[in-house]
Amino acid sequence: MIDFLTLLQVLDSSLRLATPLLLVCLAGLFSERAGIFDIGLEGKLLAAAFVSAAFAAITGSVWLGLLAGISASIMLSLLHGLASITLRGDQIISGVAINFLAAGLTVVIAQDLFGQGGRTPPLKSGGRFEPINFPGATSSKEMNDAGPLMQLYSELFSGHSLLVYAALLTVPLSWFILYKTRYGLRLRAVGENPAAVDTAGISVVGLRYSAVVIGGVLCGIAGAYIATSLQANFTKDMSAGRGFIALAALIFAKWRPWYALSACLLFGFFFAVDTRFQNILLPAWSLSGFLILIALGLISYVWRKDYLDKVVLGGLALGISTIAIMIVFSVWNTGASSQVKIPVVFIQSLPYVLTVVVLAGFVGKAIPPRAGGQPYVKER
Amino acid sequence: MDIMPRWVDIIIVPLLSLFLAAFLSALLIIAIGESPIAALNLMIEGTLLRSAGWGYMLYYTTNFIFTGLAVSVAFHAALFNIGGEGQAMIGGLGVALVCLFIPWPHWTLAIVGASIGAALFGMIWAGLPAYLQAKRGSHIVITTIMFNFIAAGVLNFFLVDVLKPKGSMDPASANFPSTTHLPTFQDLASLFGFEKAFRSAPANVSFFIALLACVAVWYLIWRSPLGYEIRALGKSGPAARYAGVRPVKIIMIAMMISGALCGMMAINTTQGESERLILNFTEGAGFIGIAVALMGRSHPLGVLLAALLFGFLYQGGAELALWTKIPRELIVVIQALVILFTGALSLMVRAPLESFFMSLQKAKG
Repeated sequence: MIDFLTLLQVLDSSLRLATPLLLVCLAGLFSERAGIFDIGLEGKLLAAAFVSAAFAAITGSVWLGLLAGISASIMLSLLHGLASITLRGDQIISGVAINFLAAGLTVVIAQDLFGQGGRTPPLKSGGRFEPINFPGATSSKEMNDAGPLMQLYSELFSGHSLLVYAALLTVPLSWFILYKTRYGLRLRAVGENPAAVDTAGISVVGLRYSAVVIGGVLCGIAGAYIATSLQANFTKDMSAGRGFIALAALIFAKWRPWYALSACLLFGFFFAVDTRFQNILLPAWSLSGFLILIALGLISYVWRKDYLDKVVLGGLALGISTIAIMIVFSVWNTGASSQVKIPVVFIQSLPYVLTVVVLAGFVGKAIPPRAGGQPYVKER
Repeated sequence: MDIMPRWVDIIIVPLLSLFLAAFLSALLIIAIGESPIAALNLMIEGTLLRSAGWGYMLYYTTNFIFTGLAVSVAFHAALFNIGGEGQAMIGGLGVALVCLFIPWPHWTLAIVGASIGAALFGMIWAGLPAYLQAKRGSHIVITTIMFNFIAAGVLNFFLVDVLKPKGSMDPASANFPSTTHLPTFQDLASLFGFEKAFRSAPANVSFFIALLACVAVWYLIWRSPLGYEIRALGKSGPAARYAGVRPVKIIMIAMMISGALCGMMAINTTQGESERLILNFTEGAGFIGIAVALMGRSHPLGVLLAALLFGFLYQGGAELALWTKIPRELIVVIQALVILFTGALSLMVRAPLESFFMSLQKAKG
């Protein structure tokens, strides 16, 4: 088994990796709670990462970088708002366009400014968010000799950049805004029933714009975090699908702030595990037993359902049990060890698979805001 | 509703959107410090004035026809298939399994087998999200995005742990046997005595399959009862249900056709060009399909023209990256602008035109 310090290190990097997810997830939360789907989170994250790194590289100040990153992200949010709120265009298409716009523009501009193949130069110390060490925390050299409580304090709690703590604070803040303020009530209402909000004399357009701008600010902070804290420069496509994982986390969290925190920490943990350990060993018998159980569950579920359910879910059950049998077979062949190696890609795919399972409604149904995705048209 | 004549809707609106996108891109090129006119000349020279340029352009076009048609078919049923990328990846897996494990005597048979394999695999990969949408009400956009990532994982697993030949380092399958190799345009041109035409360009016979797919989709959507049901469901769900259309069935069928078309893209890239299965062979073509379908207004002829345009942009973009300071990603920007103007901001393009025709009608009386 792994020791306590290794576990702490994995949790520590889970927290780091969860931070951008959390911020982007909350950005999506505000936007979708107001009834605006946002596929463009990825693009905003990427644009903010580039702009903040570029400004930090040129001015040498990370704070100017952060501000510039937030502004860039807000501009894209406003574009999304213009397309999907004012012009009542398709929110999904607008989001897709924003993703491409960011993916293309960041590289074109980076190449023009710095000429390094779409990267920014490495940021010097003033251009980065440095880790904050809590008073009395042990340095990493003496970590091995410290006691478990000291290790917990120094490794997990201390030594993150300011933005990590800020992101954690955003969770209660978002919860408070959404559930304890008048503005939050209206915001949630506009995502469920905009006509009612409109009847009460409150501007649907105004509320929705404010929600996408809040989303822009949060994506901007997340972008600055990945380019100036998690890494020390911008690289092409560095957002690496985090915007989509955050979207997955948002569904996993069923559009609620505290659940968003746990979903992002869970997904962050998956990524930490898969960067830390090359191969995961699992006991073969219990793994295949678990898979067979899932397959049996599916089969018993479809027993009284119609033809299509039987074909699709039955096929899925068949596929899962085939995998289980193959696992048992491979262990049987090699004989000696009863452990089976799980390829890392499965750990990487786990967030998406879990999200699909939740979406499918087999484990806790995820119900999106009711007016999500539809432009609001006043009755004439 | 019909304020504008049909031809304005079909021809002028996409062209105006394209013009706006081109104009903004020209500004960007000027900002970089290059000349947009020179850039356009270079793109035309490298693409349309050389047969090899045509060969590359039509290679890209083939991919975009398949993915564009796929997105269009789903659009007709009011479904947004954003998962073309994943369906194409799994389609590639189907092509690889068919080509590697079945001893084909000749490419004419192999291409049929590979097409079936690719379509079947793509179909299954689109079928699951379709089922979740039809029976469980999960939003198809989100599920297809998730399935893109899962597909990348599956492809990675197969290339690293299953199909990679022993001792090889890069994550790719073994080379396909030579009997499965598709004739390129160069081979075809040599048959007619033009040995120098299309030299080393990747375009191959699957381009003609793409053209056939255009005709097939046109027939399906506008000439068959099934197509009528698909369009009816897309235009109005309740009305279609009242007329006896079964939404579950139509959602399943439309998405599975869409997935099959995306999967078939792999016969061009995997069987035709690389002749083995590699990582990232889709190169974002699944997403470009969205731009192509929007630009082509979900009509096979429009998709063909838009795919040619994007093929030109991709080959031209490669030329630009080779000879100027303009990186390839400029094409991604143009693509984003096209999606923006033809899709999300379409009201901005249409509103002035509509008011113009409105005043024209008033003037007439």
